[in-house]
Amino acid sequence: MKPSKETIPQLFEAALSGQRRSLGKLLTLIERGGEIADTVAGLAHQKAGSTHVIGITGAPGSGKSTLTGRLIELFSQAGHNTAVLAVDPSSPLTGGAILGDRIRMDDLTDENSFIRSMATRGHSGGLALAVPAAIQLFDAVGYKPVIIETVGVGQVEVDVAGAADTTVVVVTPGMGDAVQANKAGLLELADIFVVNKSDRPGANDARRDLDLMLDLGHISGLEEKTGYRPPIIMANSLEGTGSLEIIEAIENHANHLKSTGSIKVRQEQRTLMEIQNRVELLIGAAAKEVLATEFGQAKIDAVLDRTTSPAEAAKSIMNSLLND
Amino acid sequence: MSGQQYRVILAKLGLDGHDRGIKVVARILRDAGMEVIYLGLRQTTGSIIAAAEEEDADAIGLSMHNAGHLTLGPKMTAALNDAGLDIPLIIGGIVPDEDVEELLKSGVAAVLGPGASAEEVVLTVRDTISARDET
Repeated sequence: MKPSKETIPQLFEAALSGQRRSLGKLLTLIERGGEIADTVAGLAHQKAGSTHVIGITGAPGSGKSTLTGRLIELFSQAGHNTAVLAVDPSSPLTGGAILGDRIRMDDLTDENSFIRSMATRGHSGGLALAVPAAIQLFDAVGYKPVIIETVGVGQVEVDVAGAADTTVVVVTPGMGDAVQANKAGLLELADIFVVNKSDRPGANDARRDLDLMLDLGHISGLEEKTGYRPPIIMANSLEGTGSLEIIEAIENHANHLKSTGSIKVRQEQRTLMEIQNRVELLIGAAAKEVLATEFGQAKIDAVLDRTTSPAEAAKSIMNSLLND
Repeated sequence: MSGQQYRVILAKLGLDGHDRGIKVVARILRDAGMEVIYLGLRQTTGSIIAAAEEEDADAIGLSMHNAGHLTLGPKMTAALNDAGLDIPLIIGGIVPDEDVEELLKSGVAAVLGPGASAEEVVLTVRDTISARDET
C-alpha cells in the first residue's frame, strides 16, 4: 500500500460510505498488525456485531473456492452483499505467497461482493488477531454474510474455523474410511458437511462414512448435548449443484443458533478467545523483553548450567512480569 | 518480516491463453518473498481494477503474448487513471523493442521481455513500487 495521506478515521468513514479502496487499505493496516491495526480494529468493533460469519474449510483442491464463488452468486441474487476473506499459507522459507483463490470466484462475483486474499505470513498469533479484526471490519462496513475460507489443516485453520458462526467442511470422495472420519479434528467442528465433486466415484461412500460418524455422535450423546445434527450435502460446485441446499443449511443452522441461544454462547467464546489471544501476545512480547535483559540472560545461563529448570526459569520470569 | 510486504496482482488481459510465463513470474515473485494475487486468464480492465482495490495491490503485472500490448497496455493505464488508482503497471511477455517506448509513454511503469532474468523481474517490481511510494 502506498503511504496514505488520509488518517485512519477518514479511511474508515470512506469505507463506511462504500469506498472499496479505503476498505482495501484498512485491511492492509489490519494485516500489518501493531498499534495502527489495533486502532482500525477498535473502530470496526464499535460498529460490528450483526453479520453472520460462515467458515468454509477443507483440504487443498477440495473445491472450497469454487463453492465460495457459487455461494457469493446466490447470496448476491438474494440481495446480500458478501465479503470473503480467503486465507492461504505463506511460504515458510521466503515469506512469499501465491494467493489464487480469486480465479475460482471471479466469474461469479459482482460489485456487491468483496474478496480479500490474506496470507498466513508465518505467524499464527498475528493471523489470530487479523482474522477477527478483518471480519469485524467487513461487518461494520455492512457486508452480510462474511465468508472465511481456509485450508483445513493445522491449528491456525482450526482456530480460524472457530471464528465462524457456521462452519462448512468440504470433503471429496476418496478422503478415507470411517475410521479417518472419526479422528478428532476439523470434522468435529463441522456444522455442515459438503461432499463436493459428488459426480466422482466414491461420493456415496464418503457420505455413508460421514453419516456413520454422526451416528456415533448420536450414540455417544454429543448430538443430544448440541441438539443439532450436521447435514451432509452432496454438491458439484463446478456445475453449481447442491449450492442452494448449502445456503438453506446455513440458514437452518443460523436459525438453530438463534432459537437455542447458542449464538450468544459462540459469540462469548469467540470474544473470550480474542481477548485471550491478545493477552497471550502481549505477555509473549513482554517476556521477550525480559529475556533480553541481564536478568533474563542470567536465567538462560542458569538453565544451561542446569542449576535451574526451564520451568522454574519461566515461572520467575512470569513473576517478574506480574510484579512490574 | 518487515511491515512492508509487497502485494502484486498478476493477470492476463483479454483473449490470450499463454499462461506459462505468468506462472513462472508468479513463482519468482513468491520466492522473492512477495504476495502474489493471481488472477489468471481472461481478465478485463474492470476485473483487474476491482481486484486491485480490494487487495490493495502495490503493483499490477500484465502478461501479454497476443501482440495486443499496444492496444491493451494503454487501455489498462487509462482505466487505472479513470479509477484514480496510483498503482504501477508492469507489462511482461512478447513485446518488440520498438514498442517499449510507446508503452512507457502511455503510462506503463516498466516492460519486461522474454530475456528478463528472475533477478531482473524482482528488481523491476521492487523499483517501480518504491519509485511510486516516493512520489
